[in-house]
Amino acid sequence: MNTMSSISISLPCTKEDIKQLKCGDTVSLTGTCFVARDAAHKRLKETLDRGEPLPIELKDAAVYYMGPSPAREGHAIGSAGPTTATRMDAYTPELLDLGLRVMIGKGKRSKEVKEAMKRNGAVYFAAVGGAGALLSKCIKHSEIVCYEDLGAEALRRIEIENFPAIVVIDAEGNDLYETAAREWRRG
Amino acid sequence: MSELREIQVSEITAAVREMSIKVNHFLSEDMKQCLYEAKTTEQSPVGQSVLGQLQENLQVAEEEMIPICQDTGMAVVFLSIGQDVHLIGGDLTEAVNEGVRQGYTEGYLRKSVVKDPLLRENTGDNTPAIIHTQIVPGDRVTITLAPKGFGSENMSRIFMLKPAEGIDGVKRVVLEAVKDAGPNACPPMVVGVGIGGDFEKAACLAKQALTRKAGSHSPLPHIATLETELLQKINDLGIGPGGLGGTVTAFAVQIETYPTHIAGLPVAVNICCHVNRHIENEI
Repeated sequence: MNTMSSISISLPCTKEDIKQLKCGDTVSLTGTCFVARDAAHKRLKETLDRGEPLPIELKDAAVYYMGPSPAREGHAIGSAGPTTATRMDAYTPELLDLGLRVMIGKGKRSKEVKEAMKRNGAVYFAAVGGAGALLSKCIKHSEIVCYEDLGAEALRRIEIENFPAIVVIDAEGNDLYETAAREWRRG
Repeated sequence: MSELREIQVSEITAAVREMSIKVNHFLSEDMKQCLYEAKTTEQSPVGQSVLGQLQENLQVAEEEMIPICQDTGMAVVFLSIGQDVHLIGGDLTEAVNEGVRQGYTEGYLRKSVVKDPLLRENTGDNTPAIIHTQIVPGDRVTITLAPKGFGSENMSRIFMLKPAEGIDGVKRVVLEAVKDAGPNACPPMVVGVGIGGDFEKAACLAKQALTRKAGSHSPLPHIATLETELLQKINDLGIGPGGLGGTVTAFAVQIETYPTHIAGLPVAVNICCHVNRHIENEI
């Protein structure tokens, strides 16, 4: 799928596992991650605000910002590309402080998120936005954990295999979106 | 006096249903051509890799009937209704919404619409559509369906410029919108621009510009020149495919214009991702 040589990463993973990753590295992800987007994040935040336990274990967890289309018969999931991570920025620093290790999405992250990533040792991967059909082939299993009433925004647990991504923000806070655009700018 | 042509609104429902499913699985030839050309010109290896994945994605979508993108959009429908048409058999708006309902439910498309923007409960069937109706001469109904993903919609902007800002002002704000959008809008993008009219007319023009054949130019020479110049400047920004750096940030800049007020120069920038879906059907 990806012709460039990539680093294999197993999910979930520890701070040590991702420490050596640098922005621009191509990775291939295999393992378990959660799927959550706007509405599920809002509910997680409300749960935390009430002082109640979260429905998922956040320590060393990976989250994929995604809301799939419905699966056809015989498929684990429908189209399943990344959604814009920026919209989750308001909720993210708190989740990082609780142990969230890996984020998969697309789009810019805030200064506050980058600081929390550095503070906790976390990584942000981008998958190719708009490649939902292709990326769905890397998802082998999907189940709803909770918030089923949210439809496409339900909180899911998925198993991924050789999922192609690129390190956009590493644990030191380097941001590929900024460096790469600068490198290719003309005039 | 010309005869009225009767059209059952159920025909419109059937067309919208079929178009919803088709447009979300098969990208139009003009957009495929843009992607193909980008693959030959992109200079960044990472950008090349992204474009390669996008081409592969289109193939998987068609062969396995998996939507090209999981964001199958809010259904934007432009209806051009001939003034010699008499629509019978039901409510036109409901007929369009029923087509969306059937297409999105039976076609395994994502339901991405919430009923109230603040209470945010999903309607469960992707209705209602955004419907723009125009009455035109003739006895035909032309339906254009353009499902719009919100990764790029969220990065769209409107600017109420002063006439003194002129063409340089237009260039500045288009570049500003694209630069701010960056990776969030899933580049390579198509940039729809509406210049003139008033506040809402400019936005509608920008949306309509996206439904043009990708890469086609305005018939107005000064606007066609502006499209070409802006495309060059956008690609010089270096954002590249996926925002990961490169020489192809946009496939096309498409501008529509309309007369405006002596005091104003409205400019709307409606950005669309590389999955710029549009399909037309005439009844």
